[in-house]
Amino acid sequence: MTNEQPAATRPQDSTPVSAEASLATPGRSGNPISWVRGLLSAAARWEMLLLAILAVVVYEGMQISPYFLQLDFWNSPNFGASVSGTMEVAIMALAMTPIIITGDIDLSVESMVGLSGAVLGVLWVAGLPLVVVIPIVLGVGVLGGLFNGLMVTRLGLPALVVTLGTLALYRGLANAVLGTSYVSNFPSELTTFGFGYVPGTAVPWTLLAFLILAVVFTAVMHLTWIGRQVFAVGKNKDAARYSGVRVASLRTALFAVSGLIAAFAGIVLASRYNSVRADNGTGLTLTVVLIVVLGGVDINGGKGTIPGVILAVFTLAALQSALRLAGVSSEYQNVAIGLLLIFSVITPQIARQFRVLVDRVRSGRHRPVRDPVPGEVVR
Amino acid sequence: MTDGMPLAPNKGPEAASAPPPVALAGVSKRFAATQALSDVSIDLLPGEIHALVGENGAGKSTIVKLLAGIYQPDSGSVVLDGKPVLLHGPAHARSLGIAVVHQEPRLFPDLTVAENVFIGHSPSGRFGALDWGEMRRAADGIFASLSVHLDSSAVVRGLSMADQQLIEIAKALSVEARVLVLDEPTASLSAHEVERLFDIVRQTRDRGVAVLFVSHRLEEVFELCDRATVLRDGRHIVTAPTAQLTAPDLVRHMVGRSVSLFPRTAAKIGDVLLDVRNLTRLGAFRDISFSVRAGEIVGLAGLVGAGRTEVARVLFGLDRADAGQVLLDGKRVSFKSPSAALGAGIAYVPEDRHLDGLVAGFSIAENVTLPILPRLFPRFFTRSSRERRLAAGYSERLRIRSTGVDELVEALSGGNQQKVVIAKWLATNPRVLILDEPTRGVDIGAKVEVHRIISDLAAAGLGIILISSELPEVLAMSDRIIVLHEGVMSAEIPRAEASEERVMFAATGQFAEGTSSGE
Amino acid sequence: MASNVAVRRSARSRAGGLIGAFARSRELTLLAVLLVLAALVALEAPNFLSSNNVVSVTSLAAIIAIAAVGESLIILTKNIDLSVESTMGLVAFVVAVLLKQQNIPMPVAWALGIGLGMALGMVNGIIITVFRVPSIVATLGTLSIFRGLTYLVANGHEINANDLPAGYTNAASQTFFDIPLFVILAVAVVAVAGLALRYTVFGRQLYAVGSNAEAAATIGIRSRTTVFLAFALGGMLAGVAGVLWGIQFGQLYASSASGQSLAIIAAVVVGGVSIAGGSGTVMGAAIGALFLGLIANALNVLLLPQEWLQMIYGAVILFAVSTDAIIQRRTQLAKARSRIR
Repeated sequence: MTNEQPAATRPQDSTPVSAEASLATPGRSGNPISWVRGLLSAAARWEMLLLAILAVVVYEGMQISPYFLQLDFWNSPNFGASVSGTMEVAIMALAMTPIIITGDIDLSVESMVGLSGAVLGVLWVAGLPLVVVIPIVLGVGVLGGLFNGLMVTRLGLPALVVTLGTLALYRGLANAVLGTSYVSNFPSELTTFGFGYVPGTAVPWTLLAFLILAVVFTAVMHLTWIGRQVFAVGKNKDAARYSGVRVASLRTALFAVSGLIAAFAGIVLASRYNSVRADNGTGLTLTVVLIVVLGGVDINGGKGTIPGVILAVFTLAALQSALRLAGVSSEYQNVAIGLLLIFSVITPQIARQFRVLVDRVRSGRHRPVRDPVPGEVVR
Repeated sequence: MTDGMPLAPNKGPEAASAPPPVALAGVSKRFAATQALSDVSIDLLPGEIHALVGENGAGKSTIVKLLAGIYQPDSGSVVLDGKPVLLHGPAHARSLGIAVVHQEPRLFPDLTVAENVFIGHSPSGRFGALDWGEMRRAADGIFASLSVHLDSSAVVRGLSMADQQLIEIAKALSVEARVLVLDEPTASLSAHEVERLFDIVRQTRDRGVAVLFVSHRLEEVFELCDRATVLRDGRHIVTAPTAQLTAPDLVRHMVGRSVSLFPRTAAKIGDVLLDVRNLTRLGAFRDISFSVRAGEIVGLAGLVGAGRTEVARVLFGLDRADAGQVLLDGKRVSFKSPSAALGAGIAYVPEDRHLDGLVAGFSIAENVTLPILPRLFPRFFTRSSRERRLAAGYSERLRIRSTGVDELVEALSGGNQQKVVIAKWLATNPRVLILDEPTRGVDIGAKVEVHRIISDLAAAGLGIILISSELPEVLAMSDRIIVLHEGVMSAEIPRAEASEERVMFAATGQFAEGTSSGE
Repeated sequence: MASNVAVRRSARSRAGGLIGAFARSRELTLLAVLLVLAALVALEAPNFLSSNNVVSVTSLAAIIAIAAVGESLIILTKNIDLSVESTMGLVAFVVAVLLKQQNIPMPVAWALGIGLGMALGMVNGIIITVFRVPSIVATLGTLSIFRGLTYLVANGHEINANDLPAGYTNAASQTFFDIPLFVILAVAVVAVAGLALRYTVFGRQLYAVGSNAEAAATIGIRSRTTVFLAFALGGMLAGVAGVLWGIQFGQLYASSASGQSLAIIAAVVVGGVSIAGGSGTVMGAAIGALFLGLIANALNVLLLPQEWLQMIYGAVILFAVSTDAIIQRRTQLAKARSRIR
């Protein structure tokens, strides 16, 4: 081997390839850190903030009313009741999280809640047994989700506009199915599920359902390779595809799951109110997106955790309970949700811009008129 | 003749004593940890085509961006007519007569050709309203003066790269340009389009404009340019008239030393793994036929745009062929997706590792295991110990320099990043490995290591297709060289008969001495 | 080279004549479909073409059209505004409240309403351009925040015609030469906006930013300023629509104009404005508004359930964007394949 030029005369082969890289978190120290710990440390900052908010809200809540922390899950506007009232959006937030991580969004969930409820009502009134109706309703959810997924992957349409269209379409279908009437007096199985407790405990069935799903989603997203692929797609869709990840199938599947979960949430809503109307679920999309964003999931995709979203569920429930106890009407609660949504997205942006500013001030007097695009080879 | 075309003031012999219209005086530029330029000075004279030559990372791109006003120098300055100026931004630079045609066209796909040409300085008529008629007429005028047929009222979306580049040049000519900077303009052009471009550049020069032509293609430098400047590692090395230089001179200045590439250890050639027959994809390539045997390295040479990456994409399942067959181990295959190709044992290391090769935000281990996740963890749950062990193994084998397999890939250098991409594909145990420009943007030290790795892989029985625009690399590594020209196979050259000239001839369309591809 | 020209020429003549004209002009196609639909409905229900009906349909469509013009400006820049319905509702209610107090002359109240619309648009603009919140999320939030403000102003009350100056709602049925006043206003708005988009530098900047924001930056177009202005103007036009809404209906609730965002966006999208930004015309959006208004009225006149309207909006949006995507894919494929190889 006649290769001259020993490496010593050139800078060591570890210079970052672009200016952006130097702003990225420096490589970790030599000791291999378990990725679980790595995950925790990355999530730590946002979750800590969230825990702090939760603590503040709980404290304020208790100031407003001594009944705040009661876990009586029904009838009173306390924390417990608030939690059970949030279960539909909480469940949908679990399914919305991987979708947002991959860079998509599903606005149609609230309409699927209405549609599934309408189908439930109509089939029940027609006399079909619950054991047949429920699978059909869930099937409708899957079909709706598949439709979203196929439009997005096969036609390459932005998820935003597709789910905006299905938001209207599915609501319209709900209207067509149920009209202006409503269905109530559902069987006891459903009503027990809706506002009953797991026998022998103080845990409502709906909360149990959420917790089970939460465990499943946490496991899949953070402990299996399916979750790894979701994150890969979110960080770099093309590289993931080039690496053999079946991106189109994955995205479609996520939409199908979202549809299925939304249909399930529709059943939960129906059983909780013991009635269905065509406008069930109107306005829920905002809350679902809020929970996901509040949970630390980056709206642009690629980052986020399910535990964060779970924490956000309880934080929101606490907030809503505190507001209700303070006499704030539901219309203004919506305003609070809107404000919270915007602030949850603004805060990490400001933090990021602050960090960039600090780095720029540190690195030199001249600021480039245009920063290098991430990944751009700067020489 | 040039209706409405701006002409540079007539420069007579007395022009020699006037200060150059554009120059860089002692500019330095640093980006975080890298000193991109150190004290570089270049004069651009009117009526001259000046080549800027250097390896990847030598600083050519930074010079272009300084002239374009995208960056400001840390020290030194851009000098116009003898006076230093501070360029506030691209619009400012343009208004001062510096027209830059970047590597990638920056056009507006939804707007018309004419509007793109005049964007930012559209002609206005009565009441300050945009004059569309005048815009179209002026654009037509520019194209006519360049002897080019383009429909000014067509929308840009869907136009070929070559046409888009023409629009960029028309854009530059539509202002009173005193200097025209072309940054690697021939990268995506066919040979015929390159000739057309050269004609236009010569016309521009003859009008008195100073032209800076950035390229790493030495044959173009000698064909087109009057003077050449060589940069290496951000420093000015030499400036001289091209008549006084030879290609080996340039290479020596660019590289600074004579480098011999890793000599291939002969491998045992086995059975045919991959058989490509009459493969055709409309608009990309036609009638491609070749085979790859175990232990063999087949080089795929040609100018950029010849269709080599397109062939690879079809073989890997990213695109669909319109005609022809691909046989793997004698059985006909047609991959609908990369994951299908992967399953069959074909791996593809893409051209652009940033865009397509690596997932930024993932660690080395996570990147390396990405293609084989289902295989590695058949029971869905991931075990970090298993994947870290696998990644560490490859990291050692390929000598990837990092602080550990948990390090994020974006913190690695170009060479090490490329090794991670290769490791990722090795982990899939491929039988056929397609490498697309594997040493682009990689420094000499890492380049040699990558070549060693490729050689070892062939020795281990893989069939390798090596796509590269670097002739020395192709010649040193390949057992056979297949040359593509404008989507068609123009030559298949065994190692013993291969030489730079022969490959170059075939790549530029000369099928046999004295003949050229019909037009 | 000559062969390239030949290819281009043949591609165009392949989509020849009248069919080709329709393929290239969304506006023409939509107008044709609209006329056919109107004819079909008129056959089924002759009262469809009664002057009363036509005036009320076109007046309402005119309001949506004006809001759609505003939304188009935003969508051209590759953004979206979900909060337009809340802006309309808030402005309508505030104007009505101002008039109820009677010492505020109508033109002043209207001007204040339009100003409020612009201010709300600027709020959106700031959140999106200064704080870099994606417009979908930002306007999802302000959709609810602005609606909350309306509830705050309403404070549980509603406004009906008695609270407003006498004959206030008559303006909605006012006609000049048989053309409803609102329609004239809408035509004026479309004309001004259309001319500005085509003939002013700012108008072209909207297209440029939506088509390729990066390239726009290199020419010195400041996308953030452009987007901010698009939202400000969009808000202003939503304010105009809000004022007209109040005149049209006379009866206002805190929930007025709820659900209109979908109709407005559907109008814009079916009118040919690409959701990916960079292309489309306000005339198309206005025709889209008329088209959707016609469908809504057709449902009424044919005694079909009004609830179908949501479904139709959804189907229209999906159909419009799908066909756009398919057509674009086909033409790009054809162009790529026709390259001589």
